[in-house]
Amino acid sequence: MLELHDITAGYDRRNPVFTRAALSVAPGESVGLLGPSGCGKSTLARVAALLHRPDAGRVSLDGTEVRAWRHRAPRALRTTVGVVFQQPRMSADPRLRLRDLIVEPLRAAGRRTGIPARLAELAPAVGLTDDLLARRPHEVSDGQLQRACLARALVLRPRLLVCDEMTGMLDASTTAALVTAVEAYRAETGASLLAVGHDRLLLERWCDRTVDWSDCLTPAGGGSPTS
Amino acid sequence: MADRVTPAPPATRASRTTRAPRRLGAGRQARRVRLWTSALIVGAVVLTVLLVPPLVQLDEQAVDLSRKLLPPSWDHPFGTDDVGRDLLFRCVYGLRVSLLVGLVAALVATLIGTAVGAAAASLGGWTDRVVMRIVDAFASVPHLLLGIFIVAMFRPGVWPVIVSVALTHWLSTARIVRSEVLSLRSRPYIDAAVSGGASRWRVTVRHLLPAVLPQAGLAAVLMVPHAMWHESALSFLGLGLPSHQASLGNLVQSARSSLLAGDWWPTLFPGLLLIVPTLALAGLAGVWRDRLNPRRRSELML
Repeated sequence: MLELHDITAGYDRRNPVFTRAALSVAPGESVGLLGPSGCGKSTLARVAALLHRPDAGRVSLDGTEVRAWRHRAPRALRTTVGVVFQQPRMSADPRLRLRDLIVEPLRAAGRRTGIPARLAELAPAVGLTDDLLARRPHEVSDGQLQRACLARALVLRPRLLVCDEMTGMLDASTTAALVTAVEAYRAETGASLLAVGHDRLLLERWCDRTVDWSDCLTPAGGGSPTS
Repeated sequence: MADRVTPAPPATRASRTTRAPRRLGAGRQARRVRLWTSALIVGAVVLTVLLVPPLVQLDEQAVDLSRKLLPPSWDHPFGTDDVGRDLLFRCVYGLRVSLLVGLVAALVATLIGTAVGAAAASLGGWTDRVVMRIVDAFASVPHLLLGIFIVAMFRPGVWPVIVSVALTHWLSTARIVRSEVLSLRSRPYIDAAVSGGASRWRVTVRHLLPAVLPQAGLAAVLMVPHAMWHESALSFLGLGLPSHQASLGNLVQSARSSLLAGDWWPTLFPGLLLIVPTLALAGLAGVWRDRLNPRRRSELML
């Protein structure tokens, strides 16, 4: 499903955040990526979601080699991956009501007819009531906003879900609800999951397989650490 | 009325917290006074300019040489000019033209500036650099010189002045909008929109532009006085509106000769009518700016 080979990425070419990282996620598999903060796992997640162009390395999604990132990537390839970020406050446009926030990708894709049906399907799945859907981001809690962000990531039915510290700022019950929603979606569609985080206990219980960040980085000449 | 709004700090608290609460109250009160005086003046000016010409059926161009250069009196509160026209009436017409030019030019300049700034920032990379260097190049030529150059290409009239003002005043808005968009562009919600399949156009129109509209609107309001002064300067130099048409710049220009003879009113009143609305608009914009973001002042000053 997702193959990352020898990825070198960072925000300054002379000083990359990490060099030669590799990771692969099989179709339908869930992989947890564990690492300390600041090690570059979020950057790797952004590369996997086609949001950050790596300085070197190969990325392939569904067997298609990725050659363009961000806006240059074809829309169909971009929307293959759904992303949930760590901070719901920062990843929600403060001007949109939760309802509009969730269906925004459908509007961007021009699929306006399916909006009410998809919303009626998703809102209960992530635990959002009609009352909450009519509010703006500053009127809901972090947990409720993150539920909306998860719904937005799922609205286009991505085949790979990237959760970048999705539950890092949330309490245990919201964490459980979000993980349940993700797992229900995966059971229904067979999507793959790349969960990035530092909570070993959570990721080991949630994912089929966990990878430590140090195992992702290949020493020079080494092969890919994942099967 | 306004005095009663500030609660007197209780003696015990005042002794403990020194004078901080009272100073805060005084600041708020000063802001309220500024808001209301500015709003009153702007409202009065706009109403006068809109209502007086259609309601008072008099000819502003009516010449009466027997009443030339009369000092202010009850008949003519602002006096008369050197061919006996009523100065108050001329000033109202002049302010009307100046405000019209100011408003339209500020609007056009803001539109150009917002479009250029947003395009530069959302395209980024080389486009951004090239566009901003062009903006710098424009900004390196003095406003007035460029304005005169543009006006000189057309016959005198209102529209060439508007074009001239608009084309010389969009630069600061472009800079403001670009810097705002650049800071927004790296937010995760833009990433989320990109990942959701939004095109560049959609990201700009749906997420970036609505977020910079308050700043752009503020820049537009601050631009109105700028544009009025520019128009007056052009008219004063004889390059703006045709000299029979009343505009604040024309009025001051034609009154210059009588000033040397000791007749102060034909220059004073048009000048005041230029300065007072300017200060009132700046006051309103200042209140708005403080509400938006009190820290960011440098670019959004008059």
